[in-house]
Amino acid sequence: MAQIHVDCRGENCPVPLVETRKALRKAQPGDVVEVVGTHPSSKKEIPMAVEALGLSLLGVEENENGEWIIRIER
Amino acid sequence: MADADTTARAGSDDRATAVGAERTPGRPEKITVIVHSGDFDKMYSAFIIGNGALAMGMEASLYFTFWGLSRLKKGKLDSGPLSKMHMLGLGKAMIKGRMKKRNVRALQDMARDFKELGGKIFACDMTMDIMGVTAEQLEQDLIEEYCAVGTYIKEARESTVTLFI
Repeated sequence: MAQIHVDCRGENCPVPLVETRKALRKAQPGDVVEVVGTHPSSKKEIPMAVEALGLSLLGVEENENGEWIIRIER
Repeated sequence: MADADTTARAGSDDRATAVGAERTPGRPEKITVIVHSGDFDKMYSAFIIGNGALAMGMEASLYFTFWGLSRLKKGKLDSGPLSKMHMLGLGKAMIKGRMKKRNVRALQDMARDFKELGGKIFACDMTMDIMGVTAEQLEQDLIEEYCAVGTYIKEARESTVTLFI
């Protein structure tokens, strides 16, 4: 069970969604994709995409730098 | 007494049924976008929407026709003017500057992302004919197929979202 890390801090629309999707396509079932970013709308929209794709949202957090961290299970 | 109503109803029987999207069960939803405009800002809309749809698990097809098709020429994807306030290039330069500041991904890279995520780009062969554009002049590795309106209609019928940009 692998952990795939996606760093899209500083990236603008639609890059966080795109990079998350790329990582999810590469992931094997059981892998966890962790995406960290700063784009405000993506914090809401990546969970929407996870739901649309029928995958599991493990958590959405924010760290002390104001960056969001979203964890998804393939 | 033949009433106009009956005639009208009889005529409507031989049109193809177009109620709802004819989708194959189990296949993801699809979006079809006609990219008629070659404007810089509208090209961004097309690729942001296309990539957004792919990111949400949909299939996406972009049909390039007329001015949009010209932008598929090698290296010309971002060469269009702004649709408004172009101001002889000043407006476009300002927008490009702002995009750079906000780290907006370049159109060429968005097009590669689109292909990588499984999106399809179609080139209108009628436009190519009218404008004298050959396949060799175009970014061939981006283009899925050269086709006509029938292909668009077939795919649009299967799509839940259709847009004209």
